[in-house]
Amino acid sequence: MNELIYTVAFYIFAAITVAAAFGVVTKSNLVHSALLLALCFIGVSGLYVLLQADFLAAVQILIYNGAIAIVFVLGTMLTRRSSRHGTNDTEVNIPSRVVTLVSGLFVVVTLGVIATTPWHYSSGVIVEDTPSLLAQLILTDYMVVMEAAAVLLLAAMIGAIVLAKGVEE
Amino acid sequence: MNIALLTSEIAVVILALLIIVFDLLMPRQEARRSLGYFAVCGLLGILVYTFNQHGASATVYHGFFVVDKFALFFKQLFIVATILTLLFSFDYIEGLTHNTGEFYALLLLSLVGMMVMASANDLLTVFVGLELMTIIFYILVGFDLRSSKSSEAGTKYLILGSAASAVLLYGMSWVYGFTGSIVLSEIAAHITASPAMLLGLGLMLAGFCFKMSIVPFHMWAPDVYEGAPIPVTAMLAMASKAAGVAVLLRVFLVAFADLQAYWLTIVSLLAGLSMIVGIIVAIWQTNTKRMLAYSSIAQAGYILSGLLAADAAGVKGMLFYAVLYMVANVGAFAVTTAVNNQYGSDKIDDLSGLSQKSPFLAVVMTVSLLSMAGLPPMAGFVGKMYIFMAITDKGYFWIAMLGLVMSMVSVYYYMLVVKVMYSKEAKNQQEFTASVSLRIVALISLIATLFIGIYPGPLAELANAAARSLW
Repeated sequence: MNELIYTVAFYIFAAITVAAAFGVVTKSNLVHSALLLALCFIGVSGLYVLLQADFLAAVQILIYNGAIAIVFVLGTMLTRRSSRHGTNDTEVNIPSRVVTLVSGLFVVVTLGVIATTPWHYSSGVIVEDTPSLLAQLILTDYMVVMEAAAVLLLAAMIGAIVLAKGVEE
Repeated sequence: MNIALLTSEIAVVILALLIIVFDLLMPRQEARRSLGYFAVCGLLGILVYTFNQHGASATVYHGFFVVDKFALFFKQLFIVATILTLLFSFDYIEGLTHNTGEFYALLLLSLVGMMVMASANDLLTVFVGLELMTIIFYILVGFDLRSSKSSEAGTKYLILGSAASAVLLYGMSWVYGFTGSIVLSEIAAHITASPAMLLGLGLMLAGFCFKMSIVPFHMWAPDVYEGAPIPVTAMLAMASKAAGVAVLLRVFLVAFADLQAYWLTIVSLLAGLSMIVGIIVAIWQTNTKRMLAYSSIAQAGYILSGLLAADAAGVKGMLFYAVLYMVANVGAFAVTTAVNNQYGSDKIDDLSGLSQKSPFLAVVMTVSLLSMAGLPPMAGFVGKMYIFMAITDKGYFWIAMLGLVMSMVSVYYYMLVVKVMYSKEAKNQQEFTASVSLRIVALISLIATLFIGIYPGPLAELANAAARSLW
């Protein structure tokens, strides 16, 4: 019974994620795309929950939805534009038939690869308390990476300020 | 745990932070030249310190960050490239922007990214180091806010670069998914030629080739090189490319060595294509920076072809070539900067009459270009010889032949530039001025190019030791 619910939930979240991602690309209104992107993130966080990665799921919703998707929508709405139709048109630049063909081919290749690969299944036990384990890993094994990411954020902030300030006359 | 191994990276970060603080403390109208000299002096100190780390081959925490001769070789290359770039661009940067302090600080932070890449021993560190470097380059490329070309180049680089990073990361996720590890040596232990592994490998190769501007992932290079401020173009060409080579070598020779049979053919095609496209298209360029961009695509092809040997001799050739390419580029970009300071544009036409106005800079440009073309006695000849000898030993004779033929063709378009400098009349009789520090850098480039070309022993020895530490 439990197994069945798990499988059903997985397919529901997977369907939401894929459908939303598809909508992001095909919608011609940028705001719709951004909101669908938020839905896509929610689907992914559902998958994280099913993988017992509860902390990661919470972070996914807080940061990707709460910060990134919302800022994206706000940014789009704040730019002056009478009609938002056609703000996300791909048709103008590249014929969509070529795009469909190439991305369809990529999907086929990916699915083929997943089907034919002899996967190893992890024998690790389920971790109950993920945040403390993550914290420990980040501050020991992955310390260098975390510090480098901190430097990256600082540099990006400095750069954003300089670029946004513009030319002083 | 051994934090002491991170000393040089930490020192560069502190140097960058100090520059930001001093920039804030200095009076507004004061010239920022002192900050540039401060950065150069600090980097010189750090460069001297890195020699102290030689001989150590150790890792910080479970092998995620390794300091060996290979990493040090590249770190020293990056630091030297940054010092020389800073020295020849003081005047240019001051004319470019009021935010000179931030410019120097960002340049140093991108240096940190490259140094992290050189030491990265796992896919996560590779990725974060790469992003630290490229995200800062997105900013620096668009730093010239008054030029629409610079902004366009910045936007282009941001979009294409992010897409390439996504491809690289996706490839890494496949590799992690199959092998269950991100540490390079553990990946090597679990590797088998499964479809998932090959897909991951292919995507990662594409991502790295984008950073090195290998054909067919080179589309961004000419526009970005042309639009970016000259010091940034120089760093993109010399250091960012070398950093790409560093991670490519470590990932492919340590983690993916067992799948050689699969990637060697692809690499040989990519290298061959880069040589052909880079050199043929360069012939029609009228902008110096654009010409150097196509030349850098071809040079990346030469460097990449060394990977075909997949042994210490090939890697030695690649390291050697990366250094001499850096040295030659420093000369070419220093002269481009001097000409730009004078006329405000980088057309090849602006070089006309340089031989009468500034014979010294004309000689430096000539020697740099001929070194890139690979004519003896310049360093480029020795570098190409090392690479071609190594790959001919492994049966890639056709690539070596192709490289040789393409070098001959490249002499043609490099000579076109030389012809403009020596036979065309100058456009006006204005006095040609170039700062002392720029002349010093040009002199260093000239001497180093000729010295390496005539007496390659010491550098070859160093490159050899660095290459051997990979195995």
